[in-house]
Amino acid sequence: MVPAVRAVELLGYFQDYQLTWSFLLDQLVTGVTLGSLYGLIALGYSMVYGILKLLNFAHGEVFMVGGYIGYYVLTWLGGATDPKLPIGIVIALMFATAMLGAGGLGVAIERFAYRPLRRKRAPRIAPLISALGVSFCLQQLAVILFGSPPKQYDSFAFDGGSFFEPITIGPFRIQRMQLFVIVLGVVLMALLTVFVARTQTGRAMRATSFDIEAASMMGIDVDRVIVVTFLIGSMLAGAAGVMWGLMFQNISATVGFQVGLIAFTAAVVGGIGSLPGAMLGGLAIGLGQSFAIGYVSSAYQNVTVFVILILFLLLRPSGIFGVPAPQKV
Amino acid sequence: MSDVPPLPPDAEQSESSGPRIGADEWVARSGERSAHAGLVGRVSASYERVPKAAVFAFFVVLAAMVPLLSAQTANDQYFLRVGTVALLFALLALGLNVAVGFAGLLDLGYIAYYGVGAYGFAMLSSDKFGIHWQAWLVIPLVVVVSALLGFLLALPSRRLVGDYLAIVTLFFGQIFYIVVTQGYRVSLLGLNNDLGLDRANWDLTGGPNGIANVDRFNFFGLTASSERAYFYVTLVAVVVVFAALSLANRSRTGRAWRALHDDALAAQAMSMPVNWLKLLAIGLGAAVAALAGTINAALLQGAFPDDYNTQVLIIIYAMVILGGAGNLVGAVVGALVVEVLMLEGLRPQTPLSDWTSSGRWVVYGGILLVLVATIRPWRRLGAILAGVVAFGVAVHLIVAATTAHGADGLLNTGPVSYGDGGWLGWLIRHWLALPADTYATGTRAPFNAALVLLIVLVLVLTLLHGWARDLLMIPTIWLAGFVWETRLVLEASGPTRLLLLGAILIVVMTARPQGLLGKPRVEVV
Repeated sequence: MVPAVRAVELLGYFQDYQLTWSFLLDQLVTGVTLGSLYGLIALGYSMVYGILKLLNFAHGEVFMVGGYIGYYVLTWLGGATDPKLPIGIVIALMFATAMLGAGGLGVAIERFAYRPLRRKRAPRIAPLISALGVSFCLQQLAVILFGSPPKQYDSFAFDGGSFFEPITIGPFRIQRMQLFVIVLGVVLMALLTVFVARTQTGRAMRATSFDIEAASMMGIDVDRVIVVTFLIGSMLAGAAGVMWGLMFQNISATVGFQVGLIAFTAAVVGGIGSLPGAMLGGLAIGLGQSFAIGYVSSAYQNVTVFVILILFLLLRPSGIFGVPAPQKV
Repeated sequence: MSDVPPLPPDAEQSESSGPRIGADEWVARSGERSAHAGLVGRVSASYERVPKAAVFAFFVVLAAMVPLLSAQTANDQYFLRVGTVALLFALLALGLNVAVGFAGLLDLGYIAYYGVGAYGFAMLSSDKFGIHWQAWLVIPLVVVVSALLGFLLALPSRRLVGDYLAIVTLFFGQIFYIVVTQGYRVSLLGLNNDLGLDRANWDLTGGPNGIANVDRFNFFGLTASSERAYFYVTLVAVVVVFAALSLANRSRTGRAWRALHDDALAAQAMSMPVNWLKLLAIGLGAAVAALAGTINAALLQGAFPDDYNTQVLIIIYAMVILGGAGNLVGAVVGALVVEVLMLEGLRPQTPLSDWTSSGRWVVYGGILLVLVATIRPWRRLGAILAGVVAFGVAVHLIVAATTAHGADGLLNTGPVSYGDGGWLGWLIRHWLALPADTYATGTRAPFNAALVLLIVLVLVLTLLHGWARDLLMIPTIWLAGFVWETRLVLEASGPTRLLLLGAILIVVMTARPQGLLGKPRVEVV
C-alpha cells in the first residue's frame, strides 16, 4: 500500500476531538503542569545525586508524606468544604507544614540510613539497597498509619469549585489550579536557583558537588552541606506532594513510588546533577506523558516515559544539560 | 565458614572509625588462629576438613527427607507447599545473587524475568491459546528468551554507572507489570482488521485475572501432578543451579565478576571485558529467574500479575541481603528463613503460625536474638531483660489501678493457654498493658502514635552509647511488644510483614553489610 494512504488511514485511528487544536493545547497545558510537579521532585533527586552520587529511592516517599501532611492539615482545619480559616491561609499552612515535615523526614533519612554507610565507606551498592529499604518501609508504614484507600483532598469543593474553572489566556484554556501549580513551581525553582547561585551555602553546595573531598579540604563542612541539600530537596518534594493532592484530589501510599520513578527519569533526561536540567527534564517528561495520555492510552503513559528514558540513554546518556563526566582514577 | 574469629585488641579499637589498618595481615592468619581457639575452633577445624561436596550432599539428602517428615503430620499438603515455595524463593535468591552478589549490579527488573518465565510457560502450555507444548521444550525456550531479554535491557545502560542500570531495570519491572495487566486488550493501533486479524482486541495475558488452567509439568509423558512431585522438581532445580553457580563462581568468569564488583575501572584496566561481564551476569540471573517462573506457573496452574510485582522483588532482595550478597549458601539460608519464619510464620491461621502463636515468637525471638548478638557482657543483657519485665509489670499494675479498662486485654496466645503457668505464666500475661478489643472500637490513633514513637526511640537508640542506651532500651523493648500486640499483629499478613522485610534491608546494610553468613570485606589501605 502507498505510504501516504497508509498515513491517512492511521489518522482514522484518532477520534475527531483528538485532532482539534484546542485538544492539543489542552494537552500542552496539562503537560506543563505535570512537568512543573515532576521538575520540583526531580530537583531533589538531582541535588542529592550531584553531591553524594546516590540514587535516593526514598525521595518519592518524602513527596508522598508531604501530600499526607497537607491532607491532615486540611482536615484539621475543617476540610475543603467548610474551612475554618480563609482559603488562602489554609493553603499556605498546608504548604508550610508539609514542607517542614517533609524536610525533617529527608534529614532524618540522611542521618539514620545514609550517613552511617558513608562513615563506613561501604561499597557503592550498599546505600542503594538501604535506600530501597527506606522507600519500601515508608510506603508500608504509610499503609499501616493512613490506611490503603487514598485520602480525598476534595479540592473541588474549594470556594465553590472555582479553582477548577478554566480561564482563557490567549489561545490556552487553563484551570486556576493548574495556573497556581505552574506559578508556584516556577517561583520555588527560581528561589532555589537564586539560593544556589548567590548564597554562601549555595556556593558550598556547588563546590561539594564538584569535588566532595577537595571541598572538605577547603574547610567546607560537607556534612552540613549534605543535610542542607536533603532539607531543601525534601521541602520541594513536600510542596509538590501538596500540589499533587490539590491537583488530583487524592493522595495514596503507593503514589510516591510511581511519581518518584518518573521524576527520577526526568532528572536523568535533563542531565543528572544539573538543576536547570532537572526542571527541563521534568517538563519534557510531563509533556510526553500528557500527550501519551491524550493520544495513545492512559494505561501506557509509563511505557512512554520508559521509552523516552531508553532513547536518552542510547542517544545522549548525559542528558540535555549534562556534561559527559571523564572517569577519574 | 560462618565463624568470624574475634578481633584482636588493636583492630577492635580502630574498627569504628575508618578502615582497619593491618586487618589484611590479621585476616590472613585467621585460619591458623581459629584452629587452636578452644572447643568451637576445634569443631570448626574438623568441619573444614570435611569435603565441601560431602557437606552439600548431606544437606541435599536432608532436604529430600522433608516430605517424609511432613507426611507424619496432619497438614502434609500445607507443609509440602511451604517447602516448595521456600525452595522456589531459594532458586530466585540464587539467581539474584549472580547480579547483586557476584557482579555487584543492582538489578531491580529481576522480578520481570520471573514473570516472563511464568507467563511464557502459561502461554505455551495452557488452554489460553490451545497450545500444549511439553515442559521439556517450553522450559529451555522460555529460559533462553528471558536471558536474551536480560541482555537487551542491560544493553543501553552498559556503559554507564550502576545507578542507571538500577533505574532502567526498576522501570522495566514496572513496565512488565503494566504490560501484563493491560495485555488483555492489545490492538495494533486499531489496525487489526486491516492486517487480516480476526478480532479488534487481542487478549494475550488475561489482564488482571491472569492466565488460569495452565498445564502441569509434562516430561515425555510423565506428568508432575502432586505437591510432592513439585517439591522434588524444585529441589532438583535448586541443586542443579546451586552446583552450576558455585562452579561459575570459581571459574575465570567468577573471578572476573568479583573484580568487577570490587572496582570496575581497575577490572577494565586489566583488560577484562567489563560490558560483556555485566550482560552475562544479568542474563544468567534472568535465566534462573525464568526457570523459577515456569515452576511457579506449573505449581499454581496459572500465572497471575500480583505474583510478579515490586513487593515480591523486595522479598527476594531481603533474602539475598539477609543471607549475605555474594554467598550462595547465604542466599539459600536467607530464602528459607524469610519464607518459613517471616512470610508463613506471620501469616495468620496457618498450621505454621499456630506454632509461632501468630508470629509472636518470631518477633520476640528476633528481638532476643539481636539483643544476644549485640549486647555484651551477659549480665548487661540480663539486667536489661529483667528491667523490661519489671517495667512492664509496673506499667500494667499502674494502668490497671488507675483506669477502668486500660489493662483488660491479656496476651491472647493462640492455642497455648497461659492461664495457669505459675509465676512465669503470670509474667507473660502481665508484662504488657493491653487495652481490650483495640480494633473493635475503631481506635487506631493512639496505637499509630505508639508505632511512630517506637520508630523514633529506635532511631534515637542508634545515636546513644553506654548506660543511657541500656536505660532507653528498656522502654523501647516494652513499647515494641506493646505496638506488636495492639497494632502490628492485626495486619501481620499484609503491610507489617513487608515493613519488617524493608527494615531488614536497612538494618543489615547498616549493621552487617556482609549478611548473616558472609565474611566481612577487608579494606586494604
